[in-house]
Amino acid sequence: MRTTENVICITCPKGCTLEVLKDGESILEIRQGCKKGHSYVQQELTDPRRMVASTVKIRGALHPLLPVYTLAPFPKGKILELMKALRAMQVDSPVKTGQVVLPNALDTGIDIIASRDM
Amino acid sequence: MKIKQKYDVVVIGSGPGGLAAAIAAKKTGCDDVLVIERDIELGGILLQCIHNGFGLEILKQDLPGPSYAQRFVSEALGLGVETLLDAMVLDVSPQRRIFATSRKGGLYDIEARSIVLAMGCRERTRSQIRLPGPRPAGVFTAGTAQRWVNVEGYMPGRRFVVLGSGDIGMIMARRLTLEGAKVERVVEIMPYLNGLMRNYVQCLLDYDIPLQLRHTVNRIIGNHRVEAVEIVAVNDRWEPISGTEEIVPCDTLLLSVGLIPENELSRKAGVLLDPLTGGPFVDDHFQTNVPGIFAAGNVVHVYDLVDWVTEAGYIAGRSAAAFAIELRRWENRHMPLVAGENVRYVVPHELDRESLTMGAVRIQLRVKQPIESPVVVELRNGEDVLVKKGEPYARPGEMITLTIPSKVYDLVQKASVLSVHVVQR
Ligand SMILES: Cc1cc2nc3c(=O)[nH]c(=O)nc-3n(C[C@H](O)[C@H](O)[C@H](O)COP(=O)(O)OP(=O)(O)OC[C@H]3O[C@@H](n4cnc5c(N)ncnc54)[C@H](O)[C@@H]3O)c2cc1C
Ligand code: SF4
Repeated sequence: MRTTENVICITCPKGCTLEVLKDGESILEIRQGCKKGHSYVQQELTDPRRMVASTVKIRGALHPLLPVYTLAPFPKGKILELMKALRAMQVDSPVKTGQVVLPNALDTGIDIIASRDM
Repeated sequence: MKIKQKYDVVVIGSGPGGLAAAIAAKKTGCDDVLVIERDIELGGILLQCIHNGFGLEILKQDLPGPSYAQRFVSEALGLGVETLLDAMVLDVSPQRRIFATSRKGGLYDIEARSIVLAMGCRERTRSQIRLPGPRPAGVFTAGTAQRWVNVEGYMPGRRFVVLGSGDIGMIMARRLTLEGAKVERVVEIMPYLNGLMRNYVQCLLDYDIPLQLRHTVNRIIGNHRVEAVEIVAVNDRWEPISGTEEIVPCDTLLLSVGLIPENELSRKAGVLLDPLTGGPFVDDHFQTNVPGIFAAGNVVHVYDLVDWVTEAGYIAGRSAAAFAIELRRWENRHMPLVAGENVRYVVPHELDRESLTMGAVRIQLRVKQPIESPVVVELRNGEDVLVKKGEPYARPGEMITLTIPSKVYDLVQKASVLSVHVVQR
């Protein structure tokens, strides 16, 4: 059965609405948006992912928390589990921007890295 | 670091606007550039915006706020920008004198050849949207909650209602949900979303947080702590429609109802503000109506993308540097003409070295004590006598005139101060 679905692209601040023509589960055509938007839609309809930013406890630093983020978009269904893992963690100061604080988080192959020096 | 008495460019505020200005001022060739920040570290509001989405326009990268800030902090420090942290600027005069205070250093009185105002903006609060009801604990601006959750490590509540669909409100709705709180809903008085569509998708839709357009919070319920809020639908004139009231239990109300440029200092400096933007009137160099005072970033008008703030900072910093360099050149051409031995005063007080290229310069003076015998009037650079002239006597009641001839131009160039003396022959 042919259906059309609207997907809002979140890749950049423009936030375009893309029209997806589908036959059952397979995508026939994507209208509107740019190239990046089209790959976002492909990804979103098969394996939705999000950038995740949070904090982990840090000892001996200016603040009690160190901001961290996923180096690549993270599987949406595992975000709450990731949050749990981050809440249980603690790192020691000093930390450099980009330093890996949790490698290969939940076996996704995605590293969690520090957002700043601290 | 020791704070000097005078700087080429002083930047007030160390957000991306201020840091970009300081970096540009250094690169334009100013030696002495100072950034004054009231927080204990550089970076501004970005330090608490831990989410991604910064830097897509200029850096072509999707960075969290603190990473974006880190780049500019490192670059500024690497270029030798000086900083005064944990110091609040209290006053700025139109003559570009800056008064700041800090717990450690006490009061600072700093002169600047040019100033860049980069104080950012602050959030509108409950009183600015006239929200009735008692005043229990648990009503915060979204940015305050953001600071606590992301930097200081406190959760401001368990069950939230967010008023206003601006980006900060939506981002906080997601953040609080991820930290285990329940966000009941986001309420927006306008018939449309106030923030970016992408934030609606990734902050609200992703976590099933309902958005109610054309609704507002009518009343806050609770004595010591918020217990509930009353939400009501509004008509086209934003008036509550009676009969649509709904009580929503919660312990915290977050306000995300807009930002206002922070311009108390600008006003003190005599900077004219545009009632529409809430920020200074500026030209394309980001110079305000007060010569030598520039402004950049959210202090001018509220931007939605940090990259445009950075770009504005670069322009303001370059322009402020050019102003300071020009002023320094002017100062270097002028040198003080001071009263020496037995001289009460000299007019003019300063000499423009370049004047001698157009002809002789006449100066006038009076002596302190009468000398009833022949005297010499001397213009000196330290011990070297540049010009001298004899007089039969010197009396305080009779003004003495001395002419500096063009031919001493080269000698004058070598001096940093000239003095005039009247001594017995
Ligand atoms: C919650 C939130 C989320 C945002 N999300 C995004 C986003 O996803 N993507 C994006 O591109 N942009 C985003 N922005 C916008 C971006 O962060 C701002 O546009 C930018 O930080 C503004 O920079 P600024 O230099 O003008 O001001 P600020 O960063 O606010 O810096 C001003 C500085 O001046 C200091 N100051 C003020 N007064 C004084 C004084 N009297 N003495 C000493 N210091 C003083 C303050 O302490 C502060 O550090 C967001 C903004 C906020 C608030
Ligand atoms: S489709 Fe392209 S332009 Fe539109 S939001 Fe996505 S990335 Fe941005």
